[in-house]
Amino acid sequence: MSTAADSDLARYSKWALYAGFAILLAAPFIGLYPVFMMTALCFAIFACAFNLLLGFTGLLSFGHAAYLGAAAYATGWLVKEAHLTPELGVLAGTLIAGLCGLVIGLIAIRRQGIYFAMVTLAMAQMIYFVFLQAPFTGGEDGLQGVPRGKLFGLLPLADDRVLYYVVLAVFVAVFLFIIRIVHSPYGQVLKAIRENEPRAISLGYDVDRYKLLAFVLSTMLAGLAGSLKTVVVGFATLSDAHWSLSGEVVLMTLLGGMSTFAGPVIGAFTIIGLQNFLADQVGSWINVIIGVIFVVCVVAFRRGFIGELRAWQLRRGPGSKGP
Amino acid sequence: MKLKKLSAAVSTAFALAATTMFGASAQAQVSGDVIKIGFITDLSGLYADIDGPAGGEAIKMAVADMGGAIAGKKIEVLVADHQNKADVAAAKAREWMDQQGLDVLIGGTNSGANLAMAKIAAEKKKPFIVVGAASSALTNEQCSPYTVHYAYDTTALAKGTGNAVVKQGGKSWYFLTADYAFGAQLQNDTSTVVKAAGGTIVGSVKHPLSASDFSSFLLQAQSSKAQILGLANAGGDTINSIKAANEFGITKTMKLAGLLMFINDVHSLGLKATQGMYLTDSWYWNRDAETRAWSRKFFEKIKRMPSSLQAGDYSAALQYLTAVKAIGTDDADKVLAQMKKTKINDVFAKGGYIREDGRMIHDMYLMQVKTPAESTEPWDYYKVAETFKGDAAWTTKAESKCALWK
Amino acid sequence: MEIFGIPIQAFLGQLLLGLVNGSFYAMLSLGLAVIFGLLGIVNFAHGALYMIGAYVAWVGMEKFGINYWVSLLLAPLIVGALGVAIERTLLKHLYKIDPIYGLLLTFGLALIAEGVFRDQFGVSGQSYSVPDALAGATNLGFMVLPNYRAWVVFASLAVCLGTWFVIERTRLGAYLRAGTENPALVQAFGINVPVMVMLTYGAGAGLAALAGVLAAPVIQITPLMGSNLIIIVFAVVVIGGMGSILGSILTGLALGLIEGLTKVFYPEASSIVVFVIMAIVLMIRPAGLFGKEK
Repeated sequence: MSTAADSDLARYSKWALYAGFAILLAAPFIGLYPVFMMTALCFAIFACAFNLLLGFTGLLSFGHAAYLGAAAYATGWLVKEAHLTPELGVLAGTLIAGLCGLVIGLIAIRRQGIYFAMVTLAMAQMIYFVFLQAPFTGGEDGLQGVPRGKLFGLLPLADDRVLYYVVLAVFVAVFLFIIRIVHSPYGQVLKAIRENEPRAISLGYDVDRYKLLAFVLSTMLAGLAGSLKTVVVGFATLSDAHWSLSGEVVLMTLLGGMSTFAGPVIGAFTIIGLQNFLADQVGSWINVIIGVIFVVCVVAFRRGFIGELRAWQLRRGPGSKGP
Repeated sequence: MKLKKLSAAVSTAFALAATTMFGASAQAQVSGDVIKIGFITDLSGLYADIDGPAGGEAIKMAVADMGGAIAGKKIEVLVADHQNKADVAAAKAREWMDQQGLDVLIGGTNSGANLAMAKIAAEKKKPFIVVGAASSALTNEQCSPYTVHYAYDTTALAKGTGNAVVKQGGKSWYFLTADYAFGAQLQNDTSTVVKAAGGTIVGSVKHPLSASDFSSFLLQAQSSKAQILGLANAGGDTINSIKAANEFGITKTMKLAGLLMFINDVHSLGLKATQGMYLTDSWYWNRDAETRAWSRKFFEKIKRMPSSLQAGDYSAALQYLTAVKAIGTDDADKVLAQMKKTKINDVFAKGGYIREDGRMIHDMYLMQVKTPAESTEPWDYYKVAETFKGDAAWTTKAESKCALWK
Repeated sequence: MEIFGIPIQAFLGQLLLGLVNGSFYAMLSLGLAVIFGLLGIVNFAHGALYMIGAYVAWVGMEKFGINYWVSLLLAPLIVGALGVAIERTLLKHLYKIDPIYGLLLTFGLALIAEGVFRDQFGVSGQSYSVPDALAGATNLGFMVLPNYRAWVVFASLAVCLGTWFVIERTRLGAYLRAGTENPALVQAFGINVPVMVMLTYGAGAGLAALAGVLAAPVIQITPLMGSNLIIIVFAVVVIGGMGSILGSILTGLALGLIEGLTKVFYPEASSIVVFVIMAIVLMIRPAGLFGKEK
């Protein structure tokens, strides 16, 4: 691999990232609907959290929506009934999601590979049914009327624009945090586990502990996404914990590019955008479209947008004259 | 070099395009010159027949009857499917009010979704007329100056059917309840009425919305040995419970009380299975000459006779547009004030009016399903057993839990 | 007469209904185990194939007047052919890569199937009438049992045992099992492994469709009937262990019964009892009750 191509790639990636961030920063003023953008940002956080597990550790958690839902309900109830301020509610939701992740992680880690995926799906379904029955969630009706409140008791969040910048700040923080984790020594071990788990074990790493920690981190960040979303839209419903959302986050990550940083964000915006844009036009066909994208991605587009873009750029580099 | 710059530009252009395309689809379009009526209901699920797309058509009939425009302003109808999800309904309502300049929202079926939409309408200060949903909470605990509960509610159903069945001798009740806001409220209101009339509640079981198999719930009901099986559900769920009850021989030991039934349900089940059942409804297509004429017009388009909800959708839209025409503006507070001081006289209700708690007061009817021999034409299914005039069927001031009506 | 405070009527009734559910769990987990055993693919589309089988029966009845007994043969054949087509065009690309892609592909296929059927038929469900020969009910004293449900139990037991017999006791089954262990060697012996794999997926799909036809008169046929069931079947398979056919059958039946029992004593927990058992089994025996770790 030519180093010139690498540094070009790095430069253009940075440039693209800055441009993307500029758009996000200016969004409410260039006519983009803040509530849509905030929802998309929340799901972008969700997808990034999921990618930490799938792309960087090689673990497919097929029931990740359970943690988003758990945090959504927790935050919703705490802010609405216990009158917590939003930042405390969000913090509590995040921690509760992490706790769920710890419990389920401990059970699921006992299996590897595809069984791990099946176990996480089954446990998430159990959590879904618990939410369906529990009185505080409101069952089919959902937990409604969650007030936005005042951040730290001072900053009123009722204005869409104000809340938008708060959500954007959290998103940027999560994005940078994930980059930091992946580039840290801990992140390197995760990559090693992804590439060749038996070898990592033979090198003396307690892989189960590393995997569990990654799982808990990922579920906490997924919870953060759920908590934020509840503050933005004012309710938490069963859709937040449904298996179809678990499937969608896999698609967002796959479509955008597994094991890239911007991939899940692009994937999230694309899928949420599609659902928003097409729902009125095509009704129930939106599920078919999502299914088709899934199939196409798995068969022909496994690297996702960013992955394919990178591969293309590398091929076009100075080394293109070579074999 | 040019190629690399191009590819970098392409990747950023893509990011730009993706966000702006999907964000721009929701660009602010304030409607100053268009009167926008929004209708959010279950278009494809278990309530699609009793309200659904045909309800949207009924609203369009009202718009056509008003000439399609008022004082030069065109009237536009937006229809969306909430898929029986409260979050979808609320998100759509919010988006329409923020981005599309919606002037009035008409609520279709599903009480949970309507409770969510009521909150959005109150926040955005836009009129919200609930036609399809039943929960009496909309005019009690959750009442708001912007919510009008138009057609029927769980209190009326309880007072109507509940009393009628107890009077017939059905003293001990077991409920099969749809597990969400509507079912719970209906069970609650009916239990109050049954107990006040001297009956007893033996037990209840909750089933998920759109349940596929009622057998285990019905077994539980049967082992309770109650006289009456109260079906606190609606639409597809009611149809399936009745079918399963027949299949398991429940009907031999218990009588079924369909607490919410529409003419489409009777049509689906057939008169043989439903004859003699009591039900409370706000309107019947075969009530008088005016309703028959309007219903035939509806039948031309939809090939089915209208349910009370579809007639309610028509009437709600018509009354809203009439109010707008009368005062010459679609300002939310002014239109609501106008609607609240005008008597409603149209094909749906005669002498109807909107009360302080948002409840639209009008006659309700206790109907009994005809036997196959009594029915003279297709869709001729009911005979009126009793009429509850004026505010007889509704929550009284003493019972009311609405803060606006004290 | 009461058992633990519950009238015996309710107790036995729920148990019987649980047995019916268990038969479906057994049939579906059997198909899933067969496909996973030979192809290494976790077939999330299994629920969708089950649903399509039920709809084929329904459409056959409504549009072409095809009766139930013919549908029992026709639906599995049609859906089996669909399965073969899927295998040939899509699945065969995925055998050499990470098995999660197989799961994700079949997940996508399930979404497509559900979306298409949802658009065509709506969500509210169709009913399929019980065939006349099986209509009516027998009064067993403690409950009235619709005859059809008794038939379902017998039919699915017969199918499960028949499949088990073919796989474990016949030569064809031996080829299948050998083909899973070492495809190259088996191919060298002149047995056409790719065709066998293709037909196996088709057979698995056919099994799912057969379950769908059996289910049609019992439950409302909706596009979502498969996805609600498939996740429970996943749990059954994890509990039973993927390695054993007999294990899947027994676990499916047992779980159906346990679910029925839960409905008697603690109905609120009936939807989660399968998952709780799965968690417990995983803590004690991660490979599953009958599982053999590969």
